[in-house]
Amino acid sequence: MSMLEVKDLSIHFGGVKAVQNVTFSIDSGIVYSVIGPNGAGKTTLFNLITGVYKPTTGEIRLDGEAIGGKSPNELATRGVARTFQNLQICMNMAAIENVMVGAHLRLDRNLLKAALRFPALKRRDRELREEAAELMRFVGLEKYVETRADAMSYGALKRLEIARALAMKPRLIFLDEPAAGLNPKETIEVDHLVRKIAESGVTVVLVEHDMKMVMNLSDRILVLNYGKKLAEGTGEEIRNNPDVIAAYLGTHD
Amino acid sequence: MKKNAYFGLYIVIAILIVLPFVLPNSFYMDLVIRMAINAVIVLGLNLLIGFAGQISLGHAGFLGIGAYASAVLPTHFGWHPLLAMGAGAAVTGALAALVARPIFKLKGHYLAMATLGLGIIINIALRNEAQWTGGPDGMAVPAMGLFGFDLSSDKQWYWVVALLLSVSVWASLNLIDSPFGRALRALHGSEVASQVVGVDVVRYKVAIFVMSAVFASIMGSVTAHYVGFVSPNFADFFHSIELVTMVVIGGMASVYGSLVGAVLLTALPQALATFEGWETVVFGAILMLSMIFMPKGLVPTLAAKFGKGD
Repeated sequence: MSMLEVKDLSIHFGGVKAVQNVTFSIDSGIVYSVIGPNGAGKTTLFNLITGVYKPTTGEIRLDGEAIGGKSPNELATRGVARTFQNLQICMNMAAIENVMVGAHLRLDRNLLKAALRFPALKRRDRELREEAAELMRFVGLEKYVETRADAMSYGALKRLEIARALAMKPRLIFLDEPAAGLNPKETIEVDHLVRKIAESGVTVVLVEHDMKMVMNLSDRILVLNYGKKLAEGTGEEIRNNPDVIAAYLGTHD
Repeated sequence: MKKNAYFGLYIVIAILIVLPFVLPNSFYMDLVIRMAINAVIVLGLNLLIGFAGQISLGHAGFLGIGAYASAVLPTHFGWHPLLAMGAGAAVTGALAALVARPIFKLKGHYLAMATLGLGIIINIALRNEAQWTGGPDGMAVPAMGLFGFDLSSDKQWYWVVALLLSVSVWASLNLIDSPFGRALRALHGSEVASQVVGVDVVRYKVAIFVMSAVFASIMGSVTAHYVGFVSPNFADFFHSIELVTMVVIGGMASVYGSLVGAVLLTALPQALATFEGWETVVFGAILMLSMIFMPKGLVPTLAAKFGKGD
């Protein structure tokens, strides 16, 4: 059975049908990419699946459980993590604290114990700081371990989001344009990073405009255009699909 | 959070220990006690405003509930003051939770509006229920008895309040640098990011709002017993604004900023008394200037200037 099943998913904003009757499924352990021209509804699709938007119609199932309309924090308890295309970093916190907050659900969040500085909590926090530093090294941010988030470059912040998502120890991670705005060297690093994440057993869903990276990494690809599913298949199938070529390059009529 | 964040706490405790021996007279003693009481209230309010990013314009209302619980329940019903204080805190907590839950389901700064209204309603209730509260004239508050002896002299009050303040600073520092505190700061920094890592933002906002309201209620009770008298002015809108101003001037999301804000704004009216009639204008001008030149508040601005994080 597929890990994630999406059936006839739609969302309308007033008269705008941002996502229309999209159906696909994702098997556990693969890298699944969603591509399409700007405004095709890729990020909206992410927002629907991760609970930021509520679908107008349609069904989303995670391991068979209907999760459509559940809030993001409920999905987090089911091991769904994501990053954002437009950075969502807590600039009021240190870089490493952004990563630590990713482990939220794995911690004792009791207010009273925290205020009274229970030793068990402090000990766990010290371990967590180690874990978070380790994750920052994993995503290539070793030199930012002691930095404030607002002192970091754009490319570094993109990776900080990935580290935060990984701190959740997710089963399914949605990466929304992790390489957007990065230089070629950084893009290659992110490419390697996504591969490392996939190899660690996490199912990856990727939105990305860098076609080289998409073709390189993806087991399967979904193509959206004007909110509708245009095609779905392996990289090879997508590359040779006339509809996809027409959508990307235009046609002579 | 720097490892030396607790260093400031030692300084605070040291100052609190030395102060009573260097204060020239009871006027200053009284001023310092009121500063410390305000500081505890502002600490709680700063957790809400500065750290969690939610604004309450009705905190004086919560102070009022605490203060009047400590006045009315022992006077009319013979309750023990500590029990009355607890009852005030419980009622405040319940009321805050009741109001906060539906409001936080909405996006935006509705809490400010709702607490503004709530504070005014509490104030009106205190004014109108004259048979219980003495109406606009206020009422006397019986002395606080603690474990068999009465708290009466300024010295005794000083040590009680100093202890409360030290514990509050310590607890605030602990809270900020904990899973709970990180979640609070994260939902302020990016609500959607905190949600996707699993933070139930409504629950956290309600929790910190209730906590800061209960803080205020307890300190309202303490003030009532210390002053020995309560009046509705204590719970009015201007007092709420004054508390928010202390948070902002001292520095949002700064524990020590809360203390500085409370100390300065408690002292300022005294210092400005020489301006006779113009003190409100001067007061306003100082607030405006400090906001223009130090929008982040005193302590964070100075800390940045001297190259140290808070």
